[in-house]
Amino acid sequence: MSKARYSIGVDLGTTHCALTYVDLAASEGDEVKLAFCPIPQLSAPGSIEERQLLPSFLYLPHPDELAPGDLTLPWNTGQSWAVGQLARDRGAQTPIRLVSSAKSWLCHGGIDRRAAILPAEATEGIEQISPFTTSIRYLTHLRQAWNHLHPDTPLDQQALTITIPASFDPAARELTAEAAEAAGYPHATLLEEPQSALYSWIQASGSQWRDQVRVGDVILVVDVGGGTTDLSLIAVVERDGALELHRVAVGEHILLGGDNMDLALAHSVAQKLAAQGSRLDPWQIRALTHGCRIAKEALFNDPELSAMPVVVPGRSSKLIGGTLRSELTREEVTAIALEGFFPQVEASVRPSVRARTGLTQLGLPYAQDAAVTRHLAAFLGRQAEATSGLEGFESHLPEGAGFLHPTAVLFNGGVFKAQQLSQRLMQVLNGWLAAEQAPPARLLEGGDLDLAVARGAAYYGYVRSGQGVRIRGGTAQAYYVGVESSMPAVPGLETPVLALCIAPFGMEEGSAAELPPQEFGLIVGEPVHFRFFGSSVRRHDQVGTLLDYWDEDEIQELEGIEATLPAEGRTPGEVVPVKLSAAVTETGTLRLEAVPRGGDERWKIEFEVRS
Amino acid sequence: MTGQSPSFFHRLGLAFSLFFRTLFDARFAGSVVKLITPPAVEPEAADATAEIPVLHQASPDSALQLLGLLQQEGRLVDFLEEEVAQYSDAEIGAAVRVVHEGSRKALHAHLTLLPIRQEAEGARITLQPGFDASAIRPTGNLVGEPPFTGTLAHRGWRVTEVRLPKLASGHDVQIIAPAEVEL
Repeated sequence: MSKARYSIGVDLGTTHCALTYVDLAASEGDEVKLAFCPIPQLSAPGSIEERQLLPSFLYLPHPDELAPGDLTLPWNTGQSWAVGQLARDRGAQTPIRLVSSAKSWLCHGGIDRRAAILPAEATEGIEQISPFTTSIRYLTHLRQAWNHLHPDTPLDQQALTITIPASFDPAARELTAEAAEAAGYPHATLLEEPQSALYSWIQASGSQWRDQVRVGDVILVVDVGGGTTDLSLIAVVERDGALELHRVAVGEHILLGGDNMDLALAHSVAQKLAAQGSRLDPWQIRALTHGCRIAKEALFNDPELSAMPVVVPGRSSKLIGGTLRSELTREEVTAIALEGFFPQVEASVRPSVRARTGLTQLGLPYAQDAAVTRHLAAFLGRQAEATSGLEGFESHLPEGAGFLHPTAVLFNGGVFKAQQLSQRLMQVLNGWLAAEQAPPARLLEGGDLDLAVARGAAYYGYVRSGQGVRIRGGTAQAYYVGVESSMPAVPGLETPVLALCIAPFGMEEGSAAELPPQEFGLIVGEPVHFRFFGSSVRRHDQVGTLLDYWDEDEIQELEGIEATLPAEGRTPGEVVPVKLSAAVTETGTLRLEAVPRGGDERWKIEFEVRS
Repeated sequence: MTGQSPSFFHRLGLAFSLFFRTLFDARFAGSVVKLITPPAVEPEAADATAEIPVLHQASPDSALQLLGLLQQEGRLVDFLEEEVAQYSDAEIGAAVRVVHEGSRKALHAHLTLLPIRQEAEGARITLQPGFDASAIRPTGNLVGEPPFTGTLAHRGWRVTEVRLPKLASGHDVQIIAPAEVEL
């Protein structure tokens, strides 16, 4: 990779993708040549436009729906699907053929991510594809776009970075890395989105960032995207006289984003229209949602406005006769978006969780509590110990503090273009801090709310080439396998499970954990299933630590893992004693292997994404 | 076009009347000569010093493409083709928001528009000799020699860049908006 001319960043978002690059040869120190690669895509049938963003939508047209040549791309004539703008527009009218939010499906543990299950709304006779294949198609489109515009410097010869939510579990990371490999991205590196946003902030500030943060700072990154909320804590430490950044904690995967807010506003306006006797079709709801987003931003950014008109055109050619008019008032937008999603709450509250019925497995596991502030309170409360092991942070938290005290906040995501929302979040957080006699957190300004993740991705490749400051962190969880305890069976009680730590917290890319002393017997030729657990708070467990008790909040069960020993050179049915080894690849994925006693062999252990 | 083409019998009558008028009416015959002679060699244009003008017919494709985009994003054709007399100003106003927001988005996405003059409208400005007469139009008390001093009534607009979508071969730009059938 030493000959890479560019560092290319791919923001593989839930609702949009973007492609950025840094010209490595033309950049030096803080002088970084960073640009967006326009993405040619179908904007209408037979019509190609270059756009900065590729909407993350895939449309599977009926064979008779489009004229021949309507799906032609500059590099392809024979494709039977569309991604990008055309896919989103067509899908608004024919949702049963539209694949959306593939990324949320990719990390949905309740389904088989390699099975053809999307569009989820597809009726009989409609071809379906898997979340995994959908990701490959987006990435392939981006690669072809790059190669079309840069024929002399093909993408697969550049330094590649792909962003993922910080909350992605090992299986979702593995699937993303595999999709990248299959789409022609060799050796791509995965980068967590909140980190990418911070990298972008550092890059945009030039050398100024060193004046805005100081040793001892704990930066809270609040990244509310279109579909997900991603939280991270990054500590500023000093090493050899220079500032260093450590990502010390990441939040849970929360399927809650800006689109939820706009949709909530749209439904309230739709109810007003319904009261006037006008019922909206799904296509109109989409136009209404878009209108509500514009109205919301206007109301939140201009305190003088009391209401914003929202109009919804009908589909017929009678535009004036078919247009419905309503308005979004300040009271509504305050009640729904501000109080609904960013309520003033105490630091001790936690998101409400209702018991799920089995049926919810079919859809995406959306957050049940819409309040971002409650999710934040839970995150900071759970991570109160996040800086405990860090040099220089011994006295960061006063005795008896109820949550981790951030000292600075970086916002990311288009939601925060409505300044009142970021102000409210700061106000709530600073209220919590004041209650524990801590100084208020500062707002780190100057981030690019919409595009920071994409920018940071390309910049990260530059940082990896040896320039600028790098955020260290490693894995944000410790990992465990379930071991059945050898207790006599008690009728009516499940055999208790012990958790054996095989990968400690904070393993850096390219490092391997030592082998635990415990051995397991694997049966040759037969798949053996292990329960698999992760903890985002147990920072001090070492490989081989065996836990017989833990709080529910402390350790979460992830999808299982499965080892199959090939029969080569062994008798099927034979039991082979193995140890489980864990390593973090250069890509940023967790690799688990079974190592037989006294041998050099290693067998890969797969994440059971086909649950 | 067929509606404007005279029928065979109409043409037959026309031919006979033209025959006799051309034969007996010298001025009329002169007009006929002009009609059937290609304009490039028209005697009146062949002034000793004037160059032969070359007029372009702009290709309709990009005009249709832009119209399609304005319809797609801003419903412009629907709006212009609708009878407005029966609606109240409030109803028209609601629709105008759709047209304005969408057409503006389409305009900004596909053209780069800049005002020709940067001064505020109403400002006094002076036009130096040799000013670009296609970009600036002096009006009113237009006498004497430049420099001309006057009030900027309109800043003007100039398109500095056009970014129209590329089209697949065989794409029919005459379809401004396809008919939609909900199944």
